[in-house]
This record gives sequence, structure tokens and C-alpha cells, in this order.
Amino acid sequence: MLFLQVIVGGLLLGAIYALFSSGLTLIWGMMNFINFAHGEFVMLGMYVSLLVVVWLSGGPAAFGFAAAVALFVLGVIIYAGLIRHVMRGPMLAQILSTFGLALLLRYTAFFIFSANFVSLPQTSLSGTIDVGGILMPLAQLVSGVLAIVLTVGLHFMLTRTTIGSRLLAVSEDRNAAMLMGIRPNRMQALAWGLSAGAAGIAGALMAISYPWSPSVGETFGLTAFVVVALGGFGSVPGALYAGLIIGLIQAISAFWLGPIYKDIVVYALFVALLWLRPQGLMGKA
Amino acid sequence: MKRSCLLSATLILTAALFGWTSRAGAVDAVKIGIIWPLTGNAGAAGQASKAAAEIAADIVNNAHPELGDLPLAKSAGLPNLSGAKLQLVFVDHQGNPSLAQQLATRLITQDKVNVLMGAYQSSCSFTATAVAERYGIPFMVGESAALNITGRGFKWVFRGTPIATDYARTYMRFFADMKKQGKKIGSIAIVNENTDYGTSVANSIIDEAKKANIPVAIRIPYSASSTDVSAQVLQLKEKQPDVVIFISYTADSILYMKTMRNLGYKPPMVIGDDSGFSDPSFVPAVADVAQGVMNRSAWVIGKPGSTTYKINEMYKAKTGRDLDDTSARNMQSFFALADAINRAGSTEPEKIRVALTQTDLKANQLMMGYQGVKFDKTGQNILAATYLIQLHGKKYELVWPDKAADAKLEWPMAGWAK
Repeated sequence: MLFLQVIVGGLLLGAIYALFSSGLTLIWGMMNFINFAHGEFVMLGMYVSLLVVVWLSGGPAAFGFAAAVALFVLGVIIYAGLIRHVMRGPMLAQILSTFGLALLLRYTAFFIFSANFVSLPQTSLSGTIDVGGILMPLAQLVSGVLAIVLTVGLHFMLTRTTIGSRLLAVSEDRNAAMLMGIRPNRMQALAWGLSAGAAGIAGALMAISYPWSPSVGETFGLTAFVVVALGGFGSVPGALYAGLIIGLIQAISAFWLGPIYKDIVVYALFVALLWLRPQGLMGKA
Repeated sequence: MKRSCLLSATLILTAALFGWTSRAGAVDAVKIGIIWPLTGNAGAAGQASKAAAEIAADIVNNAHPELGDLPLAKSAGLPNLSGAKLQLVFVDHQGNPSLAQQLATRLITQDKVNVLMGAYQSSCSFTATAVAERYGIPFMVGESAALNITGRGFKWVFRGTPIATDYARTYMRFFADMKKQGKKIGSIAIVNENTDYGTSVANSIIDEAKKANIPVAIRIPYSASSTDVSAQVLQLKEKQPDVVIFISYTADSILYMKTMRNLGYKPPMVIGDDSGFSDPSFVPAVADVAQGVMNRSAWVIGKPGSTTYKINEMYKAKTGRDLDDTSARNMQSFFALADAINRAGSTEPEKIRVALTQTDLKANQLMMGYQGVKFDKTGQNILAATYLIQLHGKKYELVWPDKAADAKLEWPMAGWAK
């Protein structure tokens, strides 16, 4: 029974990993662009939730929506104000620009919110439900389900809708797409909005169960990179599988071997997998 | 001859221009370099201590006759250095030991500080003190608890706070007391973050528990930056210890309390070893799920009108919060350092070091519940001690030892409302 609890816990954790990683993989898949500020988007989503709860005493639906919208807008602004321009520069400038952006966002958050840890007061998702002796924190359960729905939804949007085809067309061949009447800037701005918005929702969901401070983005950012690399850069379903696998491995190894070994196990398997399959689980070679 | 005259005239003029001559006679400021984590995981604790140090400097630099026997409070500045003021230089090591080392070097070589203080995380104090030792600059370790900071044969390192063994012994005395009252303490569990601080406190507790014949059911080391601790909580749930001792920093201690609630695990008693449990963010975040959690503290606010109460009022006016134990221990170490600089009557490092070795502050001259401040030859304060406190509602109350207690110990802990 205890072991089943460990597995459930690992899967729920993995689903959250998947949710905040899907946005990162989307940007990579669309634009071959690595966004180092992704963890900071998650962090901002958490603070937006806090503000909504404190100022407007909104519930999880309200602050989840607010975080998604706020981060979507921020994503579009960042694309229009920064990314669009550095895309024309060399690869190194692209990498460093988002790195700089990450630091800017992190230290602005320090300036505004201070270094203190904060956490959300009790919300309607704070409880735990008991399914045949297995305890599931409601917040993690909802995040897990929502993560799977959103990632699958994102995947369908990319592969089954006109907008998705346009997004993919731009990423395949920008000039050809322009000749077909697609505006690449709009499509890419949309991709940044979606990516940041997904990070915002992930932040809102995580804010329910985790205490955080402005430096939390570092931790989440790193995890997101591992998930994306394992799942295959650019593959949304890959991020989902990789997130679940990493969550599960962490939970099992932490329980059996002890928490300090969990990352050793994860990264050892990660390196081994990349050695055998450098493109990741579902990436294109 | 004429040329050398010209040369010396130029030199004197230059010196006057840069104000050297005016400083040659009297010291107008003593520079204290302070290395703390002002951002990063322990940023909140560092910021809280920074506010405390600023108040301590204010108490020394300005006349505060209302603060009783606290040394240097009555006078403005340091009387033996003709009223010289303390000037604080803060730097941020972000919880990174190698950065702490670099910053210590920078403070000594570039900022030319007279003494150093820091560095919160034991791992950072460990590296920063080694720099001070190499340059021969006195270093006051405000509150890092790991054993290995003193005892390396260093001459320049002093530590005002109680250390891991003092705390471990306190816990064992407390357990013996509880057993006498008929509480069951069959086994204990230790959960520690795995850097110097957590490891060394956990080791000390295990050693003392062995001596006291209390079995340790399980020891769980973990990384303080963990984003999920359910596996650890499930391990505890499986072993059913009577007391769980957490040696944790801020985010992780909050996460443990919330996860224990989520997984429905409540041991008879949880003891937090200060740090995270004393962080200003801890109580507001988990008060509703961690009722009755115990913590250690050598700091008590005291009755209105007392010196400690007045100090707390000053801190509250500045930060809007009560002074916490961690910051208070830093403040106490700061006062001990200022007292030594004053007795040295000089900013010369060697004189300050000698004055530190001769420190002998009595209990009535302190703001903390120590028996005094007196350093042994390793630089450790041998008169340091601590109380145990318990979370009742939204504040900690002193519950042990009985003779100092101002509230009744609740055992088992209540945890959360049903």
C-alpha cells in the first residue's frame, strides 16, 4: 500500500513537471530557440496567483485563469520587444538574451516581493482525498489531470488545427509560409504567448502546494530542461512521458535508496538514455 | 635637497587632498564586514539578520541609556576609541560557499574592513573563516552551528552562538524530562538537510542519543532545494518514531509540514532545529497545519519594559515583525564583537583578537538566554545555552525548561484542526 502511494505521488509530481516543460518544448519545436527564462515564467505565475488571492480573494479557477492570461500577455510582449530582434543575431546572442531576461525577471521579483518565502493561504484545492487508502493532495491531482489535458490539447492543436499547421509551417520554412499568406511574427508571438501561458498555469497550480521565493525559477527551470531533453526537444508528448518518468524514478529511488540518491539515479539514467538515443525519447533525429 | 623638499610637499598635499592626514590621528569609524545570504534560498533569514545588525549598530553608535546593562548602549560610539562609530559593509554570498570565500577576501583586501562577521549557512562560514584566518582578521561567527567551524586550530575565529553539541544535549535532557513525566519516547527520527549544518547537527544528535540510550529509528538526509518530500514523509510514516527532529532550512521545512498534512502523517512530536522553523515565513505559511511543533530558541521577547522587549520594539518598528532567534543570536554575537573592539581600544586586528579572547560578558549584560559569553581556546563560547519553544496559535511560546517556561507544553502536538 505504501509503495502504491509512492508511485501515485511520483506520477502526480511528474505530471506537474510535464506541464511546465511543455511550454519550453513548444518554443524549441517552433523556433529552435532555447528559453532560459522559462522557470521565471513559472515563478511569475506563482506571484500573480498570490496577488489575485490577496487582493481579490479569488479562488483557484480565478487565479489560474489570471496567471495564464497575464503570462500569455507577457510572453507576447517579450517576443515583440526582445526575441523578434535577437532572432536576427547570432546563436550566442539568442541564448544570452533569455539568460539575461531570466536574471532581470528574477531580480525584479526580488525587488518587488522581497526574498521572503511566501505561500498561498488555504484554498478550495488545499485538501487531500483518500482513494482506497491512497492519499492524493487535491492540488496535485488537479494539476496532474490538467497537465495531461493541456499537454494533449497542445499536441492536438499543433497537429490537427489550422493554427497548428500555420505554426508548424512557420517553423519548417519561414519564407514559404510567408508566401502562403501566413505572418510568421504573429505565429511566433502566439507560440510565446502559449508557452508562457502554460508556464503561468503551472505556476498557479504549484503555488497551491509549494512555498516559494523569487529564486524558485532556478529549480523549476533546470527540471524543465531535463524533462525536455529526455522527452526530445520539440516534442510535446515527449515532455509528458519524460515528466511522468522522471517524477516516478525520483519518487521510487527517494523512497528505496534515500532522498539524496534520487537525483543521482535520475541523471544517471538520463545520461545513459542520451548516450543511446541523443534525440531524446520522442525527438526527431 | 630642493627636489626632495618638493617631493615631500607634493606628497603632503596629495595626502591632504585625499584626507589621509585627518584620519591618521583618530579613528572615526570601525568597519565591520558582514557576509550573509541576502538573496537565494536563505535570503529571508539573511535579510532579517541584516535588519538586526543595523539595529545593533544603532544601539552602539547612539546613546541608548534605556537598554540597561547591555554593553555600549549608554554611550554614543565606542568610548575607548574616542566615540568612533561602527560602519557596516554588507555583502551577499547567496548561500554559495565559494562566493562567501571570494567575498571575505574582497572585504579584507579591497574594503579594508577591520573585522568580519557571518555567514549563516555553516558551509559558508566554513570557507569564509578560513580566509580571515589566512589574512589575520578577527571573524565572529554569528550563528552557524556546525562543529567543524571551530576546532581547526584557528586563532582568528570566534563563535558566540551555541553549537550542535549544545543543542543535541538540550534535546536529550528534554527527552529525559519527558520520560520522567511518563511520555513514551521509544525511538526518534532525524531528518536533516545534507550540507554542513544539517549533517553536523544530525551527527551530534545521533551521538548524544546513543549516550542517552534512545534508539534512532531512521535518519533521512535530503537536499534543501527538494521540490517534493513525500517519499521522506512516507518513510517516516513507515517507521513510526515518537519524535521527529528536523534540521531544515526555510522552503523545505514549510514543504515538510504541508506534505505531512497532505499525507495524513502526524508523529506525537516534531522538533525543528531552529533555522527554517524560525524563519519569518514559517509561521504564517504553516500555522494551521503545524500546531504544537517545537523549536529551540535562546531568544525570548520578555515582559514589557525589559531590555529584550525594548530591543524587540526597535526591531518591530524597523521590519514590522518580531525579532527571531537566528537574528537575535547574530545580534548578540555582534554586541560581543563590538565590546571586544571597544576593549581593544584600537582597530589593530591583533589587539581586537586578544580582546576577544578576554571576553567575559555576564548573563545580565546579554540579550539572549545564555549563561554568558566567554571564548575557549578554539574560539567557541562555552557559556551558550538554549530554551525550547512550542508553536501555539500564531506564535512560539517558551515551554521548557519548566523554571523559565511561560506556557504549558502540549504533548502530543495537535498538528491541524480535524
